[in-house]
Amino acid sequence: MHVPSSWYLILSALLFTLGVVGFLIKRSLITVFMSIELMLNAVNLSFVTFAHEWHAVKGQIFVFFVMMVAAAEAAVGLAIIIAIFRARGTLNVDQIDLMKL
Amino acid sequence: MNLYLWLIPILPLAGFLINGLLGKRLPKALVSTVALLMPFAAFSLVARAAMLVWPGNTSGSLAIALPYSETLGSWINAGSFHLDFTLALDQLTLVMLLVITGVGFLIHLYSVGYMSHEEGYWRYFSYLNLFLFFMLVLVLAGNYLLMFVGWEGVGLASYLLIGFYYEKKSAADAGKKAFVVNRIGDFGFLLGMFLLLSQFGTLSFSEIGTALAAQPALQGGILTAIALCLVVGACGKSAQIPLYIWLPDAMEGPTPVSALIHAATMVTAGVYMISRTHGIFDRSPFALAVVAIIGAATAFFAATVGLVQTDIKRVLAYSTISQLGYMFLGCGVAAYSAAVFHLMTHAFFKALLFLAAGSVIHGLNGEQNLLKMGGLRKQMPVTFWTMTIGVFAIAGFPPLAAFFSKDAILYEAFQHGSLGKALYFVGIVTALLTSFYMFRLWYLTFFGESRAENHGDHHHHAHESPWSMLTPLVILALLSFVGGWIGIEKFGGFLSPVVGPVLSPAELPGGTTLDYILSGVAVLVAVIGLGIAHLFYGSKNDRAANLAASASGPYKLLVDKYGIDELYGAVIVKPLLLASQYLLGWIGEGVLVRGSAWLLAGTATLTGEFLRRWQSGNLRSYSAWLAAGAAVLLLATLFFASRVAPGFDPNHVLMLHINSNAAVR
Repeated sequence: MHVPSSWYLILSALLFTLGVVGFLIKRSLITVFMSIELMLNAVNLSFVTFAHEWHAVKGQIFVFFVMMVAAAEAAVGLAIIIAIFRARGTLNVDQIDLMKL
Repeated sequence: MNLYLWLIPILPLAGFLINGLLGKRLPKALVSTVALLMPFAAFSLVARAAMLVWPGNTSGSLAIALPYSETLGSWINAGSFHLDFTLALDQLTLVMLLVITGVGFLIHLYSVGYMSHEEGYWRYFSYLNLFLFFMLVLVLAGNYLLMFVGWEGVGLASYLLIGFYYEKKSAADAGKKAFVVNRIGDFGFLLGMFLLLSQFGTLSFSEIGTALAAQPALQGGILTAIALCLVVGACGKSAQIPLYIWLPDAMEGPTPVSALIHAATMVTAGVYMISRTHGIFDRSPFALAVVAIIGAATAFFAATVGLVQTDIKRVLAYSTISQLGYMFLGCGVAAYSAAVFHLMTHAFFKALLFLAAGSVIHGLNGEQNLLKMGGLRKQMPVTFWTMTIGVFAIAGFPPLAAFFSKDAILYEAFQHGSLGKALYFVGIVTALLTSFYMFRLWYLTFFGESRAENHGDHHHHAHESPWSMLTPLVILALLSFVGGWIGIEKFGGFLSPVVGPVLSPAELPGGTTLDYILSGVAVLVAVIGLGIAHLFYGSKNDRAANLAASASGPYKLLVDKYGIDELYGAVIVKPLLLASQYLLGWIGEGVLVRGSAWLLAGTATLTGEFLRRWQSGNLRSYSAWLAAGAAVLLLATLFFASRVAPGFDPNHVLMLHINSNAAVR
């Protein structure tokens, strides 16, 4: 069965929207973080789709880059989250507002 | 053979810099040495130049032909307009240089004695040297702009020296007044320069002279406009009606300053300027008539005010204005060489009179009121005799200097049509007044009994001045005596390459007889002035007081100087102040400046008040804005990209294209 490219793209858009919504409405920092990962992977999906569609390998290479950055970001991000939890005893984003005027 | 003209002004500038920067720490003797050495060196250079260019000097390669000029470098290069730092020497400049450096040096020498007890000794001498620098630039300049630099510079030096006793409010005010009134004149000068530039495209004296010679038909019109603008400048600098009001107040400065700047040199700059640009004035009979009328009116007007002044320096100040009026009269009847001749003799005898007056003031510990002097003949013999020569010279007694120069001006005025005859009449009446008020000053100062308030104490203090002050007096007295003997024919002959030939009595209607008659009238008038002064002030009597009482109206008018200062105050200064206060103060500063400041600050505050609610510190609100921004950008791309970059179709990039591809496959 041949799946049209647009389906992949629609899935990618849905995943991305899901990520954005999660990012906006969730209060737990961990969930927010996971939403970011979701958005990244949604983008990865559209990269792969286009690469396949146009027979261009650049898109797939770029996916590797994104995954690499995401891995590094996960390491640093989790470390920061742990540090925040140690310092403030909470992971509720509404209470992490030290930058407020 | 090089004349090193550039060194002449640079030397006093060096003196100014040395004394101005280091003088405070240097001993007095060194300050005086520097201050005296520089003008003397400049004078030596001028004397050397004079010897090299002397008409009789034909000693081979040493002789230098006039006009001679040195270009020190390019100043302005803008399109078709070029201007160089050019110093030019011709006969007129040479006369001015000799007067400025010669009399200037003598007055420097005198100042060493006069200012010896003053605070700020070094400051005084640095200013004096600065003045010499600018004055020399003024007369050496080869174009109008460089002349204007000197012109402004002498105004600055004059301001600094009038306000030398700056702790005294009257002195500071007088300095300001002189500066502001001079600015009005400078404005005219500037306008004249702009007109010259638009008409001739150059500001160089020689190039304008060439251009004028090439257009013999060019008369009046634009030239009248240029000449009248320049006359405004000359009136400001040379204290002529209507801009004379600063000069009497300028007497607040130290007396040697009055002698150097406000009698001998700076105030004659206007006369020099008119003589220098006579090519333009000659083409405009109207402008010449204006100059002549201004000159005669000022001469008469200032002389009448001088009749009743009681401050010795103010009498001399009004007499300076009056004598400058004579010079203007000379210029106005195209007798430039006579005007410059009078400029030279006036520099001698008026410097002498001021310095002698300074010696009197010095001897009386600062007393300037004529009514409190008297009987100084015995206590100050040298001052008395030198001043006597000065008084007889200015009154026009032969064979002293002013007799020849004043006579030359009056004779040429008489030969200058019917207007000239009328002006001659004004001039001769002025000569009568001059003679009277100078002898009044002479009698009041040196004769009779001392009228000082604390009699014994005063006698104790009245003393003759030191020799450093008396030497210049004696030299200037000598010059005032013999300065006119060269005669207008020879002097005019010397100047004729620059300012045109002098009239020769033998070839004119009336012949030499008329010349002798007019001279006789002038002498007669001077004697009458002496006689009247003797009648009133020669012995102790009440005649002067009685006359003043019987004609109290005119007397008061004269004492009040015709109320011109008050008139200007009411008509010009007051409206200007009010306009500044209300128009500029309220509308300009209040509305525009403060309003715009408030507007800007208010806008920023209000915007900030509104925008700061954005910065909630809430992470999710930030991210929501981020997402919204990204969405807006994307949508904008979708809608506008094709318009901004034709041929770019977002749909192409997205679904549709892919779908069509899929269909093909």
